[in-house]
This record gives sequence, structure tokens and C-alpha cells, in this order.
Amino acid sequence: MRRPHNWLAHFILILGALIFAFPIYLAAIGSSHDAGTIGRGQMPLLPGDQWLTNYQQALQSGQGERVRGNPALGLMQNSLIMALGITFGKIAVSLLSAYAVVFFRFPGRMFFFWLIFLTLMLPVEVRIIPTYAVVADFGMVNTFEGLIIPLIASATATLLFRQFFLTIPDELVDAAKMDGAGPMRFFWSILLPLSRTNIAALFVIMFIYGWNQYLWPLLITTSSQMQTVIVGIVKMIGTGEAQTDWHLIMATTVLALLPPVMVIILMQRWFVKGLVDADK
Amino acid sequence: MRQRVLSLLLVALLMSLLMSASAQRVRVEFWHGLGGPLGQLLETITDDFNRSQDRFQVNATFRGSYPETMVAAIAAFRAGNAPHIVQMFEVGTATMMHAGGAIVPVYQLFARTGVPFDPSVFLPAVRSYYSLPDGRLMSLPFNSSTAITWYNRDAFRAAGLNPDQPPRTWTELRNAARRIVASGAARCGFSTAWPTWTQFEQFSAIHNVPLATRANGMEGLDARLQINSPLHLRHLQTLMDMQREGSFTYGGRDGAADALFVNGTCAILHGSSALLGRVRSEATFNWGVANLPFYDDVRGAPINSIIGGASFWVMTAPGRTDQEYRAVAEFFRFISRPEVARRWHSETGFLPIRQDVFNELNAAGFYRANPGRDLPLLQLTRTEPTVNSRGLRLGNMPEIRNIIQEEVENALQGRQTAQQALDNAVRRGDAVLAAFERAHR
Amino acid sequence: MQRRVVYPNRVLPYLLLAPQIIITVVFFIYPAAEAIRQALYQQDPFGLNAQFVWFENFALVLQDPHYWEAARVTLIFSLAVTLLAMAPALLLAVMADRVVRGAAGYRTLIVWPYAIAPAVAAVLWLFIFHPDIGYVGQGLLALGIPWDYRMNGAQALLLVILVSAWKQISYNFLFFLAALQSIPRSITEAAAIDGASGMRGFWLITFPLLSHITFFLLVVNLIYSLFDTFGVIHALTQGGPGVATTTLMYSIYRDGVVNVDLGGSSAQSVILMAGVILLTMLQFRYLEKRVHY
Repeated sequence: MRRPHNWLAHFILILGALIFAFPIYLAAIGSSHDAGTIGRGQMPLLPGDQWLTNYQQALQSGQGERVRGNPALGLMQNSLIMALGITFGKIAVSLLSAYAVVFFRFPGRMFFFWLIFLTLMLPVEVRIIPTYAVVADFGMVNTFEGLIIPLIASATATLLFRQFFLTIPDELVDAAKMDGAGPMRFFWSILLPLSRTNIAALFVIMFIYGWNQYLWPLLITTSSQMQTVIVGIVKMIGTGEAQTDWHLIMATTVLALLPPVMVIILMQRWFVKGLVDADK
Repeated sequence: MRQRVLSLLLVALLMSLLMSASAQRVRVEFWHGLGGPLGQLLETITDDFNRSQDRFQVNATFRGSYPETMVAAIAAFRAGNAPHIVQMFEVGTATMMHAGGAIVPVYQLFARTGVPFDPSVFLPAVRSYYSLPDGRLMSLPFNSSTAITWYNRDAFRAAGLNPDQPPRTWTELRNAARRIVASGAARCGFSTAWPTWTQFEQFSAIHNVPLATRANGMEGLDARLQINSPLHLRHLQTLMDMQREGSFTYGGRDGAADALFVNGTCAILHGSSALLGRVRSEATFNWGVANLPFYDDVRGAPINSIIGGASFWVMTAPGRTDQEYRAVAEFFRFISRPEVARRWHSETGFLPIRQDVFNELNAAGFYRANPGRDLPLLQLTRTEPTVNSRGLRLGNMPEIRNIIQEEVENALQGRQTAQQALDNAVRRGDAVLAAFERAHR
Repeated sequence: MQRRVVYPNRVLPYLLLAPQIIITVVFFIYPAAEAIRQALYQQDPFGLNAQFVWFENFALVLQDPHYWEAARVTLIFSLAVTLLAMAPALLLAVMADRVVRGAAGYRTLIVWPYAIAPAVAAVLWLFIFHPDIGYVGQGLLALGIPWDYRMNGAQALLLVILVSAWKQISYNFLFFLAALQSIPRSITEAAAIDGASGMRGFWLITFPLLSHITFFLLVVNLIYSLFDTFGVIHALTQGGPGVATTTLMYSIYRDGVVNVDLGGSSAQSVILMAGVILLTMLQFRYLEKRVHY
């Protein structure tokens, strides 16, 4: 019964994908030309012939004629550690806290929920100076802990899991109780498996969030060994007054896209709807 | 999976511990806001310094744009670990100068460390921008530029204009821009990058009129804007008229209009002399440079223009040793050497900030081989700086620049008259100046 | 809103909450409180010279006509971004849920652009929208539409709305899809057998089952549009022309990061935060009643 609409679905999806993939296409095209072409404000629509040179340069040295970057590999390793740390941290702490808020009744429940929720409303840009002071007091400047831990608190993820946990039928909880499953058993063997699509979606989003952090790593790290790929890209772009090695920037951008894409592809299998649903 | 991440984190932690253990020399943190090729050159120069001796190690790090660098330095200062040196754009000068115990003035640094240094080697126009009224140098000048006219010689020729005679006055500029557009030589006749810097700050200097009272703020915190003068009004009106007739295209805030010249859209651009690197590598047409135009009925105009760019400030932190300041002073001495200044000037579009470097290059024929490269300096030094052309020292200048941009944009959109725009800019700008004055009383 | 069936346990919930609460208090609440305290002071950026001024910063903000203009811009901006980020995402997610063949490919293509580094995205937008060098910009001009967002406030606002929404569509798409994928197939199939298929089936059966995620996305998108879009604005219009694209958050960002006016930007954040907390509480109180769990 789904079949008759499929051509429409494909049409809409292809249209969406075209609109959404256009910037990616431009970046990829940009990474195949020389620097001047893009600098003149003439982003071509067709690929050039500099693919190999540009990517080799970006990966191995990050060194253009004019731009001194760090090799993209090292930068990406830093970004990967940071992004994974943030992603796992966020998902873990928010699963636990959403579980507490939804499945227990205790004094201060709503107070804590709103306390967590507040974090959405004062972005780091506004509280840079005091937040930096706290991180410096803990001696976490120039460390991965300093990059990761302050960004782990996540109201979004907590809210998402809360919304999802509220849809779990009471009967399921009752049944689990009847079977003698304690709260942690219920969490591990029933709640977690049910949350898999949400976790997968959140994983993708949070990974990209962590990967694309700019201002925070810029502030917290001063050693070039700790530089992330996004900070590296911004450094390559520079002030705009000077000439810029756009080909290298675009190549590094495309390289920097690969880990998020890997994550999306890895998470895909969690998105497959079971033909036989768990009895929920 | 989670264990793998934990072990990754552990490895990273160990690595950072190992790296911090290798410090033997006196280490100095140097935060700068230059990305791209300029940042590369700056870091190469820093490496040269590190190689030139074995007692000091300067660690240069890119900290984002100038405002981001500034906020990073402020956050670090408040947490007690400010960098030793921070690069600050020229409009942050007032903020830094009034930062009291947060900074060490450069003249004090040299006096304290006993490192010999002669500030008089710098061009007066550069030195005065970063000095107290009595001449004591507060920060170390490094990358300085000034605003000039860039023009497309091919478009001039196509429009039947003489490319060897670029417009000298606003009347000539307007006629040229009209002709370029009318003849189809370019889609846009004239545009300007850094609208506030070129059309107000530089404009006031070369016409010898004040931008603000109290010698443009140099002589006191109680300075107030004076940009609603008849001459400023006339100029904004000219720009609005030119926009209406199609000979002026507003290219956006800050450096957004640079691209319009480089790609050939606009035939004339007012922009920074530091645009040179980009023009040289990206423009596919013949180009030339000229002095900023002036109104020839203004008595005494044109005089010298003022600088833009950035300088290096020395910051304090608890527990900072004399050895560290010594390292900073030695680094400053190194980076101010003629050969470094010569390299910076000849490889970028920035000014030779030392008169001797200019003279030496001139004698060696550098400017004959590179016509126009001396123009920014000649414009900057064509007269002795007056009280109106020594520079600016207005508190919260980035905010004032923005306010002026906003009001001018509203006028160009036809939402207010030129007079209203300038009056609003003065009113709002003065409130900002008053707030700065209060915070620093 | 809470479940009927819960676990009776006194200690465990606190232990579960502890990691998040500790991080929140140490790295968020404490610095935020510090930032809010700054709203009562006028000080230089380095904090050397601070003056307690009671509520003067608030008075200055509220008396400024530009602040109210920014509030107006923010209202239009946030509503438009939320709507334009959610509706197309839902459509795409429903379509992606329907198709079997190529589903993974579509998902990747639609989510991928979200991953472009913001700094580079800013450059790419210029190549798309700039009147002189952008493909869409030049196309509009060729069609005789006088496209120039540098000079036309309405166009500038439209541009930042579109780009902000575009950035968020991938996000919404992923969560809508996750929710659709966790609806048991048996439910939609049973509905189809009862004759509720197509559009009617969707609004009757599927959409109510999505209401919990729709509510989540509504809250998150409103907050995104209010707080997280200053990067887009900074890259494209810097709040101009005039103040046509200066939202409340962009003004906070500019005063806090560019102008380092801690008192003023803190006062603005406090006002905005109070407003958003109120708005969010209203959402939870009234809108959530309509959510089916």
C-alpha cells in the first residue's frame, strides 16, 4: 500500500537532496581548482584538475604556498577525540538524568529538570569569561578534559529522552516489575534497546556538534598540538585582506566532512525499522 | 566502544603531559589574530627569533579574528593566565591603553629590562598612533596599513579614461565612476571597503577636520564625536547621490567590498593598502593605486592619512618573572629590526614602519621596480601630522564603527536623510563614549 | 508531566542525576550566575574598575529604541525559522520513511550538509547568495529581481531566515525520522486496513504518534532560532543593513564578544533568558497538554 506514493516520495527526496547537497558539491568542486579561481569570486560549477595535488597537500603538510596550516590528519585526530568525548558524554549523562526524571518520583524532580533545561538559554559565547575562569581553576586549559567536559551537559538530549521515555507504555514497566526487573535492569535491557533510533539520531547530531565546535577550542587550547580541524580551517581562511589558499581550505573542508559522514553511515543500521516490533 | 574512548582520552592526556615537560628555555606566549599567509609569515619570523638564540622561546598561536583574540586575552587575564604578548587591532588601542595593571607599556618594558631600544626609528605617523600625547610608546607597532584608492586600469581604458591619471578629487572620482558605468566598462564604478575607516576616519584626517573632540580622544576620555559637521554631511550626501545615480555601490561592512574589486565588478575601490597580496594573486586585470581623493575646495586638504592594522601589547599575569619580560623585550627588539621590517613590508602590502627601511629600499630601487608600492607611505607621510591626523583614541571604537555603519546604511537605504544619519551616529556614539569614560574613571 | 508507573527509590534518582547536575552547576550555573552578576556592574573589559550600578544597565537597554527594534526582528525571525525548519523536515522525513530503496543514500545526503564547518559554510553561502558572485544572487538579478541584501533590509532578513532554517532542517529531519522509525509498523498497517491511509492516515494516526517529538523539536527550534543563529547572522549580514537583521542574541553576541561590554550584554542576556524561560514554561504548560504520550 506504500507503493503508489513512492515516485512522489523519491521526487521530493531527490529535490531535497539536491538542495541540501549543493553546498557540499560546491566545496568539492572548489577543492579541485587552484587558489586564484575561487579568490576572484568565480566558483566554477565543474570540477578542475587539481584533485590529487590539493588533497595530498592538505593531508600531508597543510602547507600551501602561503598558508601554514597543520597537517589535516593531526587536526582531525584532535577533533575526533573531542567529538567522540562530547558525544558519548552527552548521551550517557542525559540518558541517566532523563531516566531519573521520568521513572522516579522524588523531591526536587522538576527543579533539577529546569536546572538542566536552563543550559540551553545562555550559550557559551555569552559566558566565555567566567567559564574560562572555571576551566582555568581546574587546570584544564590545553587539555582534552577542558575541551570536552564543560560541553557535556546537554539539555537537548535530556529533553529528547524525556519525551521518548514518556511514550513508553505503563504496561511495559509493570510487566518488567512483575518479572522482578529492578530499575537498573529495566534501564539496561528494556529502555536502552527501545531508545536505539533516538540514540542513533542524537549520536549523529552530537558528533557533528562536537566536531564543529569553534570558539570553545579556540579559547581553551593554545598549543598547536591540540588544534582542531575547524580552528585550523578558520586559521587558513585568515582575514580576507590577504590572498587565501582556497583550494586547500576546500580540500580540508571535504576531508573534515568524512568523519561525520562515517558516523551517519555507521548509525544507519540503527535506523532500520524492525519488521516485527518489540511488543510495545 | 566507551572503553576505547576512555583509553583514547588517557593517551591524549599523557601526550599533553609529556609535551609540557620539555620546556627549558624561558617561554613566552604570543597570541595573534592573523590567519592565512600573513599568519604564516608572522610565525616564520617568530621561528627565526627562536632559532637566533637559545634562551627564549616564543610560542605564537592564532587566536581567531582580532575581536576573538581580544576576548580570549581578556578571559585569560581575568583567570590569571594572560599571554605575554597579544596582537590588538588599532581600534582596540584605547581599550588597551586604559587597561591599567593589565598591561606593561612598551616604554616601561624596555626601561625595566634594560634592553636597548629606540622608538624614534618608527615613522611618526605610526608611532604617534600608539603613543601617549607626551610621546611615550605604549605598544609595539607591527602591521600597519593605510587606506588608498585601488583602480582597474583596464576598465579606465575601456571607459576612455586615462589610466595614468586616476581621480585626485571627489569630483573627478565621481565623473570617472559615472563614465565607467555609463560606458559599460564595469558594472560598478566605485565601492568602499571598511566604510567607517575609509569614509569617516581617513576622510577626516586628510581633510584636517576632527572626527572627535579632544584631539580625536588622544587628550582625554571626555571626547565626543564631531562627524555631523558640514563637511561630513556633504560627503555622506555625495555618497548617497552617487548611489542614486548608480556610480557608487555599497559593498557591505568591513572588508566585504574587497572581493568586488578583485573580481573586476567595481572599477574603483577605497580599501586597505594591505589588500595588495590578494590583488596581486587574484586580479586578472591591470590595476593601479592612487591617493585617497579629497574635496579641493577644503582649505589645506589633503594632509596625511592615518594608519590601520595592529600592534603588540605586553600583558601581565600573577607570578610573571623578569626573565619573561626580558624575553618579550628581546623578541620585540628582534621583530623591529630593519631586516624583519623590510621582509614584512616587501612580502605583504603593509607599510615599512621604519623610515630607514623605506630609504634603503628606495635607494636599492625597490619602488622603481614596484611602482605604487611607496604610495601608501607617501600618502601617510606627506605632511606633518596635525591634531586631526595623529590617529584616533576613542573608547569602544569597534562599537562606534558599527554604529556609524548602521546609520549610514539606513541613510543609503533611503530610510533617513544624511543629516539624520550623522546626528543619530553622534548621539549613539557619544553614549558609548560616555559609558567608556565612566567605566574608566 | 510524569508517568503513572514509577520506581520507588530514594537514592537512585539522585545518583542518576548527579553527573549531569554536577557538570551543569560547575560549568554552567556558576559561570552563568557570574555573568548575570555582571549585569549589575559597569566595568572595563579587564575587570580592574567595576562600579555597582544597580539596574542601570537594564534601564539603558530597555530605553534604547534599537533594542525594541531588535525584539521585533527577533519575533519575526524566530517564528519564521522555526516554521521553515520544521515543516520541510517533517515532509522529507515522512518521504524517507516511506521509501525502502535508496533510503540510506537520501538520509546521508540530507544530513551531510549539517556537517560543513560553519566558517566554510559562510563562504559557500556567499557563492550562492551574493548579488555579485553568487549563483542564486546572479540568477535573481538576471530575472530582473533587484536582489541586494546588503542594501535591502527585508531581503537581508529573508536570507538569514532561510539559511538558519536550512541549517536546522537536517537536524529536525533526523529526529522526525527516528520517531517515525520507532512507530511500530503494525500500527500504520492496521490503520491502512481500516481505510486510513495517505494524507488522512498521516494526520489521523501517524502525526499524533509524533507529537512527543514535535513538541521536543518545537522547543528546541525556538531556542535554536533565538540563541544559536548569531553565527549565521555574523557571517552573512553582521546585523545589517542598518539593524534589519540584528536579533536580540546577535546584539548580545556583538556587545559581549566584539565590544566586550560585559554589563550591557549581561543585562540583555538576563532579559532574554527571563523571556525565554517564561515562553518555555508556557509551552510546557499549555502545549504539552496536547501531546500524546
